[in-house]
Amino acid sequence: MSEELYDVRLTVNGVAHDVRVPARRLLSDALRHDLGLTGTHVGCEHGVCGACTVLVDGRPARSCLMFAVSAVDSSITTVEGLTRDDGTLGPVQQAFAECHGLQCGFCTPGFLTTITAGLADHPSPTEDDAREMVAGNLCRCTGYTNIVKSVLRAAALRDGRRTPSPGTEESET
Amino acid sequence: MSTRLFGESVQRVEDQRFLRGEGRYVDDVLVGTTGRDMLHAAVLRSPHAHARIVDIDVSGVLDLDGVHLVWTHDDLDGPMAEPLPLLIPHPSLTHGRTQYALAKDEVNYVGEAIAFVVADDRYVAEDAVGRIRVQYEFLPPVVGIAAARAAEHLVHDDVPGNVGARLEQENGDARAAIAAAPHTLSLDLTVERSASTPLEGRGTVARWDPDIGRLTVWTSTQTSTGVRAALAAKLGLDLGRVDVVTPDVGGGFGVKINHPWPEELLVPAAARLLGRVVKFTEDRREHFISSAHERGQVHHVEVGFDDEGRVLGLNVEFWHDHGAYTPYGLITPIVTSTQLLGPYKPGAYRVVFESLYTNTVMVTPYRGAGRPQGCFVMERTMDAIAAALGKDRTEVRAVNFIQPDEFPYDQGLIFQDGRELEYDSGDYPASLQRLKDLVGWDDFPKLREEMAREGRTVGIGLACYVEGTGVGPYEGAHVHIETSGKVKVATGLTTQGQGHATVFAQVVADVLGVPFEDVDVVTGDTRRMPYAVGTFASRSAVMSGSAVHLAALRAREKVLRIAADALEASEEDLEIVDGVVSVKGAPGSGASIDLRTVAVLSNPLRYAFDEASQAATQFSVGDPGKPPVAEDDEPGLEGRDFYSPQRSTYASGMHAVIVETDPETAEIKILKYAVVHDCGRLINPMIVEGQIQGGVAQGVGGALYERMAYDESGQLLNASFMDFLMPYVTEVPERIDIDHLETPSPLNPLGVKGAGEAGVIPSAAVFASAIEDAEGPSHPGLVITAMPISPSELFHLRQVHTEESR
Repeated sequence: MSEELYDVRLTVNGVAHDVRVPARRLLSDALRHDLGLTGTHVGCEHGVCGACTVLVDGRPARSCLMFAVSAVDSSITTVEGLTRDDGTLGPVQQAFAECHGLQCGFCTPGFLTTITAGLADHPSPTEDDAREMVAGNLCRCTGYTNIVKSVLRAAALRDGRRTPSPGTEESET
Repeated sequence: MSTRLFGESVQRVEDQRFLRGEGRYVDDVLVGTTGRDMLHAAVLRSPHAHARIVDIDVSGVLDLDGVHLVWTHDDLDGPMAEPLPLLIPHPSLTHGRTQYALAKDEVNYVGEAIAFVVADDRYVAEDAVGRIRVQYEFLPPVVGIAAARAAEHLVHDDVPGNVGARLEQENGDARAAIAAAPHTLSLDLTVERSASTPLEGRGTVARWDPDIGRLTVWTSTQTSTGVRAALAAKLGLDLGRVDVVTPDVGGGFGVKINHPWPEELLVPAAARLLGRVVKFTEDRREHFISSAHERGQVHHVEVGFDDEGRVLGLNVEFWHDHGAYTPYGLITPIVTSTQLLGPYKPGAYRVVFESLYTNTVMVTPYRGAGRPQGCFVMERTMDAIAAALGKDRTEVRAVNFIQPDEFPYDQGLIFQDGRELEYDSGDYPASLQRLKDLVGWDDFPKLREEMAREGRTVGIGLACYVEGTGVGPYEGAHVHIETSGKVKVATGLTTQGQGHATVFAQVVADVLGVPFEDVDVVTGDTRRMPYAVGTFASRSAVMSGSAVHLAALRAREKVLRIAADALEASEEDLEIVDGVVSVKGAPGSGASIDLRTVAVLSNPLRYAFDEASQAATQFSVGDPGKPPVAEDDEPGLEGRDFYSPQRSTYASGMHAVIVETDPETAEIKILKYAVVHDCGRLINPMIVEGQIQGGVAQGVGGALYERMAYDESGQLLNASFMDFLMPYVTEVPERIDIDHLETPSPLNPLGVKGAGEAGVIPSAAVFASAIEDAEGPSHPGLVITAMPISPSELFHLRQVHTEESR
């Protein structure tokens, strides 16, 4: 007997997608396999590693702990949605590139989304705040040193964007 | 003028796709339109550590909607029904055993693959697995080294004493030297199991193309060529009909060098049979119970030394828990037995190990590969000697160092690659001095006093290691300058986050005088470079770095030969700057030719396609009296070469840590962590430091938190990230002070040594040293002999020590 399927509209990175999924389909699987947005990674499927973190209405959420059918009324942002419309890197992405904040890159999307939300709440983090911000995500490669640096650098880049000097290009701090 | 890129902290080119979510890991391959046609596999795994399989009932599985295939061992035939390969045989491995792709008659660990199902999606495949019924006849499980040695029960009926191998090496007469020594000590030291635990587990996708009879396999591996050869042999295909592509890999740390995994064979076999794309993606629990672990060893040390602490004789026996099977041979215990010596030169050394079967997940190398255990044993011994003589721990180490003028230094043993354990270069006294300065060794007593006045207990420790890196047999590279002027580089070993696309491009850009941005590097694709070994043993920079350098030199030779002909100049007078060949010292002023044009001239086609072809018409090369492609030449502006060193190159380093231990809770806090590291010349210091930082964090996990908690029935109790304590940012040092010493290797053209594993090697040793030092004042004589040591274990150790001291 086939599983019962549900018609679901998922709004991801500002685009609406209609999919038919069983009730048990995880949001992480729907994003990756039904929508082809493979930037969101699955590292443990029990909500501990944080690699699958996406923003649900701006708040970080573990997409491996959510069903796709539960996400219908929400606006979802994945790592693909952090890149600017002109194709350049957003501030958190840019900071990771500058600070060597990634190695294998598998956990990275979860850090990028988590920090994006974190900086929205705490735009000027101290080093301790930066650590706190990423304390729920696992990385096996970097030892976190450069991830903490990346958080601080991202905050500086965001500042630069928010307060461009009149008549000049956007400045980076 | 091009600037030299070797030695520069160039930002990584691969990050652009990773940061945009555009990486392509194995579970991402063919997702999208083809994805809808893709089938998904799931595996039934043994829930028992040791049992005979009486019956497997798969009836009803295929009735489930969306299920396409179910296999047990009975469904396999030919080479697929035989045991998996024993990859690295060794004469001492007298009783090597490997598992079957699907268990035949018996299971020997919780997690062993029994049945394989392919369905429309993973959910349905797992439903199907749940319908399979297996009848087991239970056998007594052998768990842990003590049970294996006692051998009351056997893992394999035909392996007496559970002993897979026994290997002894000796340089001098260690036992006689110990007997004659003024002082002697004996130690018993234990290291628990841990595992690589990359964030991405194993995974394989396969597509069979019936039109051309060709198999393409994407797999998350550390060796594409190894998987390819295994697949051809097991599936009965010509090698030329199998392509293995390693896409982006989400971490390896050793576990992905083992191959072929059962799923790496079953997925392609199913894809060929069904004519559909098939995928297997390991989940986290599966990674814990069906990949591989490492580190579990028990050691007994006898040492004899003089009044200065000089080691006159060292006799080490140890027992290595290799789990249920031995696909990767004896690499790990051989590495322990040889690399244990570190930077020291004992008067005489004997080592003997037994490699033992247990009913647990098999053991293959994990970052460091036996070195962390060896370093723990040697450094605990050095600390014990210092304590016995009342000497500073650094002094005892210093009197045992191999001196800078003693290189090359032959330790008189055979290393894991079958070659002499001969160190090529190093400067250990200089490293120690730098480490002492970096951590503030001589000022530490003052800090201890200050802290004591606040009621706080702190301790300092150090540990030294030498690491054989860049083992052979070889790696190769292919460099192709296209008519666009872009340079395409391929090397066969794989990448799991080390930044190969960046560092190899640095090497090539320097040799060819082209902009860094024009160099594009591909790794781990057998279609581009079919001859390769793999990524392990800190060998990529040494092996492929050197091969890429040599291949680029070949391409450069050809560039200069053709350009000299075209410009009517002498090759020696030419240079390449920013992709343009011109006469030295006169760029822009005299005659010049760019690489695009040289590429056109190198390939005398009948047809022209682009601007470069037009530009080429003004030049004429070759002898009109001879064929357009000379007999000893070939068309195309390419270079291919291989690097095959006589032996490994030996990197070294020393770590020191200052810890604080809570007098009440035994919480262990890291106050300062210092690293002096010598991996020869640095291609990209940013990447090397990243490797060290990551290694140190992994070492902190291994030293303080991580263990595989097996119960007596062979169940792994902590097979999740909730229970296996991998460090978060809150567990690692806030800062790591790093100093580089650069002692170039004379063995390769770049002067480099490996750097990938180093950070993790001395962790257990350095934390044991520091925690023991911190405990000294309150618990004199408390000795740390087993790692990891968590706060609860330190708490327990204090209690036992206090009771014993009464």
